[in-house]
Amino acid sequence: MNKIFEVRGLSKIYGPGCPLCIESTGPDADTNICPHCGSVVAIHDVSFDLFEGEILGLMGESGSGKSTVVKCLYFDQPPSSGEAVFFDRDRQHELFALNAAQQRWLRNHRFGMVYQNPHLGLNFNISAGGNIAERLLMSDLMDYGAIRARARELLARTEVLLSRMDELPKNFSGGMQQRVQIAKALATQPPLLFLDEVTTGLDLSVQARILDLILEIQQELKTAMIVVTHDLGVIRLLTGRALVMKYGRIIEAGLTDQILEDPQHAYTQRLVASAL
Amino acid sequence: MNMTSHTPTAYNFGFLDEYAKKEVRRAILKAVSIPGYQVPYASREMPMGRGFGTGGLQLTLSLIGPGEVLKVIDQGSDDSVNAVNLRQFIEMTCPGVSTTTRTAEATLIQSRHRIPERPLTGDQIIVLQVPYPDALVVVEPSEDKRKIMHGEADYSRLLVKLYEDIVQFDEITISHRYPTRINGHYVIDPSPIPRWDVPKLHHSRSLALFGAGREKKIYAVPPHTDAEPLVFTDVPFRVEDFRDGEGRRRACERCGCADSFLDEFVDGSGEKVYQCSDSDWCDEHLAEANQGVTA
Amino acid sequence: MGYVAIKGGGRAIAGAAEVTEFLRAEQGEGSEPLEIATIVHQLRHLVSRVVSEGGVYHPEFAALSIKQSLGDTLEAAFALRAWRSTQPRLLETPLLDTANMRLIRRISSAFKDIPGGQMLGPTPDYALRLLRMELIDESPESFRAVARRWLAELPEERLPDSFPKVLDALREEGLLPPVSEHRASVAFDITREPLVFPVPRCAALSTMARGETGSLLGIAYSNMRGYGDVHPTVAELRVGYLPVLLPHPVTGELIEAGEVLLTECEVVAMYDAAEGGGKPVFTVGYGACFGHNEVKAISMAILDRALQKGMRDGPDNPSEDPEFVLLHVDGVDSMGFATHYKMPHYVTFQSDMDRLRTTQRKSRAKESA
Repeated sequence: MNKIFEVRGLSKIYGPGCPLCIESTGPDADTNICPHCGSVVAIHDVSFDLFEGEILGLMGESGSGKSTVVKCLYFDQPPSSGEAVFFDRDRQHELFALNAAQQRWLRNHRFGMVYQNPHLGLNFNISAGGNIAERLLMSDLMDYGAIRARARELLARTEVLLSRMDELPKNFSGGMQQRVQIAKALATQPPLLFLDEVTTGLDLSVQARILDLILEIQQELKTAMIVVTHDLGVIRLLTGRALVMKYGRIIEAGLTDQILEDPQHAYTQRLVASAL
Repeated sequence: MNMTSHTPTAYNFGFLDEYAKKEVRRAILKAVSIPGYQVPYASREMPMGRGFGTGGLQLTLSLIGPGEVLKVIDQGSDDSVNAVNLRQFIEMTCPGVSTTTRTAEATLIQSRHRIPERPLTGDQIIVLQVPYPDALVVVEPSEDKRKIMHGEADYSRLLVKLYEDIVQFDEITISHRYPTRINGHYVIDPSPIPRWDVPKLHHSRSLALFGAGREKKIYAVPPHTDAEPLVFTDVPFRVEDFRDGEGRRRACERCGCADSFLDEFVDGSGEKVYQCSDSDWCDEHLAEANQGVTA
Repeated sequence: MGYVAIKGGGRAIAGAAEVTEFLRAEQGEGSEPLEIATIVHQLRHLVSRVVSEGGVYHPEFAALSIKQSLGDTLEAAFALRAWRSTQPRLLETPLLDTANMRLIRRISSAFKDIPGGQMLGPTPDYALRLLRMELIDESPESFRAVARRWLAELPEERLPDSFPKVLDALREEGLLPPVSEHRASVAFDITREPLVFPVPRCAALSTMARGETGSLLGIAYSNMRGYGDVHPTVAELRVGYLPVLLPHPVTGELIEAGEVLLTECEVVAMYDAAEGGGKPVFTVGYGACFGHNEVKAISMAILDRALQKGMRDGPDNPSEDPEFVLLHVDGVDSMGFATHYKMPHYVTFQSDMDRLRTTQRKSRAKESA
């Protein structure tokens, strides 16, 4: 399998930072706030690899830093330190060495993002089809007919009623909004998709259908995905490998089955036990 | 203070002080070098209202010298109140400059809302007055963000607006100020000229300068430069349609011209009447027609 | 048939000027034209607004401008500004210390007593706003007697030439942030440089200093009412005459070239949290403008504080957004654009009609299909 993502030593500190920040925070210190300077060590020294077509889970409670990892990799926020290399076909992109325009290009063309809050991923003032069109237009598809056809195809694939293609997403249900977000994220056929708590807050039946859709897409398109969730059910269903995070650090990593069946770290054990 | 000692007897040639003119000329050079890029400049207050062509006027006053032949038009006409006002002001502050209403004779043309019908030549410069310099303002209110979008030639949100138009109305509803891509990169607001005039910018032989006084921007479409209205490849750009109910092209009531931009109005008897918007073009055609009759 | 479009523009403009001039003189025989000095002295707040919004300290020309515009402040500031466009910039003043102001009024609402004392001075703040009917038929004699009487009753006691600034005391106590070391040595000149965002604070201050009073007040008021959270305290408001020093063209030595009437306001406000983990301090908002215009100086000080927050943390409200505030407070810009809508827009309207008719035709065709 080809590696498509290599993350090394990713850190993000909010606040001025001080020499004592790292040793004073983390799972052992039982906090992510530095008692000396008040800075928040959101993540520290996060490293992992991701392979083509693989789904990697990032799990942990709120404040564990799992969403911050994705925000840094999707350029929503710059990291404080660390490296990430994206292997795209025959090219390599050192993510944090790119200029703003190059970062935006990668974001628009080669990455896809589905947020928990559809307001972040969709423009609610333009139609569902228009949302997908925007992403296609960023990649210089300039033919109206072809844009319509592609949007129709994507919405059909994500099971959005085509009769609603020209409606505003604000009139849609939560599950439908997530489907439109997924269609939009897939518009440019990106090799990498970020999913941040995409099913949180949805009805169980709606959740199940969205998760099925994600799995189908992964099998059809061989899209690699990073799934951020606090829901062990989602981790179990979607991911092959998982990282467990607490107070900004990775405390356990491995095959999902192994972690869920035989958790090593006491925290993971509690997490798994509480979900049963 | 004694008032009489302060009473200004004469203004500098071209009203503006020479430092201001130099600054505007530098901005023009930059605008010509980077076609379609909006060059910020300080923009002096002129003695007429912001929105009345103060940006265009500063360009004109910075370019004009004795011996220049100037034409000023508004809505295609040399005789509209605003055109008269600007022309009188320039005549007053620029002794030695002659003015004309004939497009062919002018070396410098300042205009609001129209480009003359007669194709301009390489010896002419047209200065257009601009109320809104940035085509992106309809999708992004922050100038800071718009600058980044221009820099990256990211016009996807503007194109989405066109997409939504077609979805909703089966037509692009932008009537004037049609976003136009210059030299394959920057998209400009070509000033409130009708769509009819947009193709005249494409590979024009003359230099087109755009001045926004209130918004403090200058930009240019240099001669022989691509100027392409923003469209989808399969949805053609359309200019104003002057056909009647039966599909016949309307002609100017006065000169008979059937290939000019027409003004529509209702005459004394309640009838709809169409006339050339470009008064010089109309006069010229009328003269030709009369000559034909007398000959 | 004649050319219907827009003939006779020149005649119409001349006519409009004549009838406006007639209105100025319509009182007719036996009336007196307004003297410039009368405007300068008796309409001082009007002159204050015009010198400040016109962006050039010239009370006589401001009065002239008020006279010829029949008292329209926007028009008067505009004409003064346009005159200023024709004047070259010859010199730059050094930083002028407002501690040297010859004060006619200074108050602090932060402290009961301030070094040098509170001085109420000329203000209508505590006056009853009752119409003074006796002024309808004021005789020249009683009018002249007012000044004579006031001067005669003036006590001998002489005021000091200058007063210490209230903020200096707070700064010494460590309640204010220290004065920034990377302060620009040359102020941003908005008459020579365009605002390209983000802009430095001094560019924001200059823009507001010649902003339109009502526009500044409106946006500042939105912040005071809840679309913002400055909650200011007026540390000091002072009105007075500031000596203007200029380098001598030959010797370079600073000489006093004259003085300008100035209103200055400093407000202090709290931040939500200390910046960068340091100890919490008050923050400062600064406002100053030509002439005597306290509402403008206070509004400006509040907006300065709001904009500093917006520049630091990103704007949460319109009054904290530098683009929103600075691009919408200039009276010449905004009144010009509002006025321009009265100009002919025949061509663009023709174009609008074309689009509407086409879309209507298409929607009819769709319905009948």
